[in-house]
Amino acid sequence: MGRGGSRAAPAAAAPPWHALPDEVWEHAFSFLPAASDRGAAAGACRSWLRAERRSRRRLSVANCYAASPQDAVERFPAVRAAEVKGKPHFADFGLVPHAWGAAAAPWVAAAADGWPLLEELSFKRMVVTDECLEMIAASFRNFQVLRLVSCEGFSTAGLAAIAAGCRNLRELDLQENEIEDCSIHWLSLFPESFTSLVTLNFSCLEGDVNINVLERLVTRCRNLKTLKLNNSIPLDKLASLLRKAPQIVELGTGKFSADYHPDLFAKLEAAFAGCKSLRRLSGAWDSVPDYLPAFYCVCEGLTSLNLSYATIRGPELIKFISRCKNLQLLWVMDLIEDHGLAAVASSCNKLQELRVFPSDPFDPAGQVSLTERGLVDVSASCPMLESVLYFCRRMTNEALITIAKNRPNFTCFRLCIIEPHTPDYITHQPLDAGFSAIVESCKGLTRFSVSGLLTDRVFKSIGAHADRLEMLSIAFAGNSDLGLHYILSGCKSLKKLEIRDCPFGDKPLLANAAKLETMRSLWMSSCSLTLGACRQLARKMPRLSVEVMNDSERACPLDSLTDESPVDKLYVYRTIAGPRSDTPSCVQIV
Amino acid sequence: LKASSQPPYISTILLSHQHHLLLHFLHYTNQISPHLLLPHHNIPLPLISRFRSTSQPVAFSASSMEIDAENLSATELRLGLPGTSSSEDRPKKPSPTVGTKRALEDTTSEASGTGSAAGEDQDTTTPAKAQVVGWPPVRAYRKNTFQAAAAKKAEQPGGLYVKVSMDGAPYLRKVDLRMYKGYRELREALNALFTKSLAAAENGGDHQYAIAYEDKDGDLMLVGDVPWDMFISSCKKLRIMKGSEAR
Repeated sequence: MGRGGSRAAPAAAAPPWHALPDEVWEHAFSFLPAASDRGAAAGACRSWLRAERRSRRRLSVANCYAASPQDAVERFPAVRAAEVKGKPHFADFGLVPHAWGAAAAPWVAAAADGWPLLEELSFKRMVVTDECLEMIAASFRNFQVLRLVSCEGFSTAGLAAIAAGCRNLRELDLQENEIEDCSIHWLSLFPESFTSLVTLNFSCLEGDVNINVLERLVTRCRNLKTLKLNNSIPLDKLASLLRKAPQIVELGTGKFSADYHPDLFAKLEAAFAGCKSLRRLSGAWDSVPDYLPAFYCVCEGLTSLNLSYATIRGPELIKFISRCKNLQLLWVMDLIEDHGLAAVASSCNKLQELRVFPSDPFDPAGQVSLTERGLVDVSASCPMLESVLYFCRRMTNEALITIAKNRPNFTCFRLCIIEPHTPDYITHQPLDAGFSAIVESCKGLTRFSVSGLLTDRVFKSIGAHADRLEMLSIAFAGNSDLGLHYILSGCKSLKKLEIRDCPFGDKPLLANAAKLETMRSLWMSSCSLTLGACRQLARKMPRLSVEVMNDSERACPLDSLTDESPVDKLYVYRTIAGPRSDTPSCVQIV
Repeated sequence: LKASSQPPYISTILLSHQHHLLLHFLHYTNQISPHLLLPHHNIPLPLISRFRSTSQPVAFSASSMEIDAENLSATELRLGLPGTSSSEDRPKKPSPTVGTKRALEDTTSEASGTGSAAGEDQDTTTPAKAQVVGWPPVRAYRKNTFQAAAAKKAEQPGGLYVKVSMDGAPYLRKVDLRMYKGYRELREALNALFTKSLAAAENGGDHQYAIAYEDKDGDLMLVGDVPWDMFISSCKKLRIMKGSEAR
């Protein structure tokens, strides 16, 4: 601390700490990266509140209806990076009515007004229109990062506006969105002088892209680190693109299939050999294993491999993955089968995250030999494994208990046994013991999804042991209200609870109403709820928004329905913004 | 039933009366479910929990929830014959048999099915693959990709090999119709395959050949009349006929 300031009396001590100017606190808070820590600091006293909120640079709004955009902009005027999430998670599986809401427009409008220096904007599960994108391009002169995940409502026209208007764009990251193709050559709208791109991900785009324009763009953006192509780029063009961007760190190949031609193979091999920095690889590879060896030179360096859209199977796949000794993240289809996972277990000891997706989710027979065996092997041999998403058709309690013993360091464990109510296939018992073992052993578990035949017993274990659990997904499980009661009265850290097709009724909901305000949201669909309970809940808890959704065709004013009317879908979330005004006719706020 | 104090036929009547009542109850609830009286909602709730939620007095405290649990199993209405095992032991095996948006109706039919008509549930094989909405939890984006890939696979089930016979040739050949983009390529390929036989035949002076094929109905058709795609989907066999026969 230098001298100066009116407080510098000669014999006095340094100014009392609570009288330090705001800038000092702002600087101190800049060392708190986690928003929760900053929030805690802001709660200490008025001056810290003022200093913290005025200097907050990154804002994450996990539920777009928890606060109004105007509130957010007013409270945090210096935000440079904002992330907003909209629809409930189950919208991914079609359970949320299509016109439910989560429009990005009010957020973009408020940001345009209050955050002119905004640099980063990220939307997840929201409706983003072309007008939103045009407004973004026009309002923020230093806009750098646009990330849209699982959004919809926009087209290539909006992308054109971004390309043309955002002079300093560094990242354009489009993940799994539904983008309408207006046949606009949006890529050509990046001006020739534009060279700042670091990330370009248009893998979800269905239409064609002008390859020459793409090549020129890639050539002049020398800092390009992430390039994820869509299915329209043929293999020979991939080779030439890679030659122009050998500095690439993350590559999404788009469609990787063609008839085998030795000269194309040689071209690809040479191109990949030049990519010494390549660490992350993904793509929709169709069954042409002949080209896999072209990748062999990059396998050693790969830390992340996403083959979850790749339909290759068999020994070539295993040979390929076995060479990737430094893998930390692996996403595959169940075509890898148990023996493939055994190979992964022995080769990829640094694995931290594994996801196995079903190749044919609706086939009841299940042609693919992927069972509990694969997961047991991987959990036994990969000491750093902490996150799992696993779709399979059979499971045993013994396997789960073994997995729990081998891997107490799970933070995310999501097991989906494809057929609902499937018991332990050897003992025909419910899988309570297995899932309980997981939750008792993995003290750091923050995300958990259960499936198979389950009674209330498993929920008793979860309620009692899952102290750090933040997100829980339940489907076709439990046998009485007690199940839900165990969860809501336990699970100290629970933030998001989503339930479908379980025999849970009104009582546990009302008995644990206060708990709901400590959580971000609760989703219950196809359970045993009645409208009367929702009304009571809404009356009792004014800071919760209680949304009720029934069959979309039958919009019916709530007032005319009796308390006994069953409720098909319930979504409850805490909010300081009051009831929202943009509900469609199939959604009613109680 | 205290059989000792009553003549045996009465206990039989009582037993069958209970049975009858049970069936009657099933019949009643299946036919006149209360929810059907409501104007807007036609998805029936699982019978057991529905019964529970309306029969118990409303109580909010946690401790009463615990007590309820004990009493609950005693009062729980079982849709099984007296003497059937408790719900925990009963191996539940419902398959999502009913179509979209009807997951609960499915559980209802399953619950009632495992009662007196215990065999029925196993006998009714799952009808054509109707699915529960949003299950398994695969993202819509991924589902579309799978469906597209599956549809493509259905269109192109690998090679389409058909036999090719040539009159006078000692043995037949096989060609993969998917390897060719059109009739010209097919003709060139057949020329290449049968050069020797053609050369031999030429010595006999006959240069005219017609390519014919046998279609799904078994009729012999001249190659070249229909569009290529239609041709490869209907062609079962190829036959190279000598000019004299073709006329």
